[in-house]
Amino acid sequence: MNAQKQAHAWLLLLPALTLLVAFTHYPAIATLIDSFMSTPKPNRASVFVGFDNYAAMVDDPIFWQALRNNLWFALATIPLSVGLALAMALWVNGKLAGRGFLRMAYFTPTVLPMIAVANIWLFFYTPSYGLLEQIGNLFGLPSQNWLGDKATALGAITVVAIWKEAGFFMIFYLAALQGINPSLREAAAIEGASRWFFFRRVLWPLLMPTTIFVLVNAVINAFRMVDHVVVMTRGGPDNATTLLLYHLYEVGFKFWDQGYAAAVTVVLLAALATVALVQFFVLDRKAHY
Amino acid sequence: MAEAVALRQANPAGHWLDTMAAWGLAILWILPLAYAVWTAFHPAEFSAKFSLTAPLTLENFARAWEAAPFARYFLNTTLLVSLILGSQLLLCTLAAYAFVRYEFRGKNVVFALVLVQLMIMPDVLLVENYKTMSKLGLIDTLLGIGLPYFASAFAIFLLRQTFKGIPKELVEAATMEGASALQILWRVYVPLAKPVYVAFALVSVSYHWNNFLWPLVVTNSVNSRPLTVGLQVFASADQGIDWSIITAATLLTAAPLLLAFLLFQRQFVQSFMRAGIK
Repeated sequence: MNAQKQAHAWLLLLPALTLLVAFTHYPAIATLIDSFMSTPKPNRASVFVGFDNYAAMVDDPIFWQALRNNLWFALATIPLSVGLALAMALWVNGKLAGRGFLRMAYFTPTVLPMIAVANIWLFFYTPSYGLLEQIGNLFGLPSQNWLGDKATALGAITVVAIWKEAGFFMIFYLAALQGINPSLREAAAIEGASRWFFFRRVLWPLLMPTTIFVLVNAVINAFRMVDHVVVMTRGGPDNATTLLLYHLYEVGFKFWDQGYAAAVTVVLLAALATVALVQFFVLDRKAHY
Repeated sequence: MAEAVALRQANPAGHWLDTMAAWGLAILWILPLAYAVWTAFHPAEFSAKFSLTAPLTLENFARAWEAAPFARYFLNTTLLVSLILGSQLLLCTLAAYAFVRYEFRGKNVVFALVLVQLMIMPDVLLVENYKTMSKLGLIDTLLGIGLPYFASAFAIFLLRQTFKGIPKELVEAATMEGASALQILWRVYVPLAKPVYVAFALVSVSYHWNNFLWPLVVTNSVNSRPLTVGLQVFASADQGIDWSIITAATLLTAAPLLLAFLLFQRQFVQSFMRAGIK
């Protein structure tokens, strides 16, 4: 390996690496530093304030609510979207009538902009003349303001996220299913194994790497999906649908409180780093039998 | 075992149930879109009233088009998406090639650093990136929206995997003929990785056509606003909430991708598959 070749390699890497450092590594480190600094004001530069921003965050009930909301949001979206994705993939991969239509219907939400579909769902949920209300009327149910009621708003947002994601995850299961040797199914049929038995003992273990891949993506998405919140509720009513990233957006770009925003970013980064470490050290080992 | 036999005997009914459930879910899944199409193509008084005799109209689209600078937004999004994709393809091809064809000190460390971006996407770092953009004077420009995405760890990873699978013999043959490193990249690696490029392009275009939060933060005028942000500004401005017009605008925004998807379904699905599998 001569010096000239080394130089070549670095030249090839340089443009991509510079941008990655400038917009991923540098801001991640700068965030950490800023989280210990005060927000600069016109007449007062930023100074070191120790853990003040974190203290402010811990004292902020909205932060805790955002965290709680986000955990509930994650707890609901992850298993439901992954479970539905698996069911969809099994159906589309099977011999059902109209498979082409099924695949198209399941996958369509994935290619639509969240911002656009959120507007459609907003209309869906509208009290007094949204579609949901009309269906409710048919069954004589009382009027319900799904997005305006603290009890149902987060659930309504969660449904949209599941709807958007399930078809996307389906694709990965579908790819995995298509890679499974069909003779396995025949062998199981000859042995008289039930469908459930075949699924649990053969398909599920074979799909494990896919499940882990999809789960990791679902967890990441649970912490970065906010477009629908911006359109449908703006975190309301009374912060019932404020997720962490939305809280960060408000603190950073509505209140322009940089120090506090940096502290919230650090929390988000810590959450994502945890996912990465769990994936790397625990799941990747388990995925390969 | 008895249970297994019983289940197997119940199979025809099971198949029927499967079909019902699959179709039920599919209809549920397509319902919001169907509803939007209905509302957008009918006069406002039918926006939530279903009748087969309701007259069809394109007026909602015409009014939406006039009510906001959608033509400009379309132009911005198209330019933005092309700019990002072009840069990604160029920069990430070069980087992936370096990882596959060269041995250099710190290679593994550098690759690990690249992979960090898979977990920490630019969306989360929007406060710091905003500061950087304002220092660079790129606030409210298309370049400012696109720059954080030009280098994609995902693309580098994907292309590196693909390049690794290209037979050594082909590369050796090209070397024998005296091709330079860049010629080998251009004549051997790139053509053989074409399906992966198509897959990545579809995923990237869908992602950036739909991206919202970062463009929302970094733009503040019609000159640079992409469609998603334009739609949000339009839909949230107080204009007496005319759902027919808002859904028409919504469909306009989604139309290019939706049409492309409906026409090239198989390619889309396969691209997303290919891009997702390591």
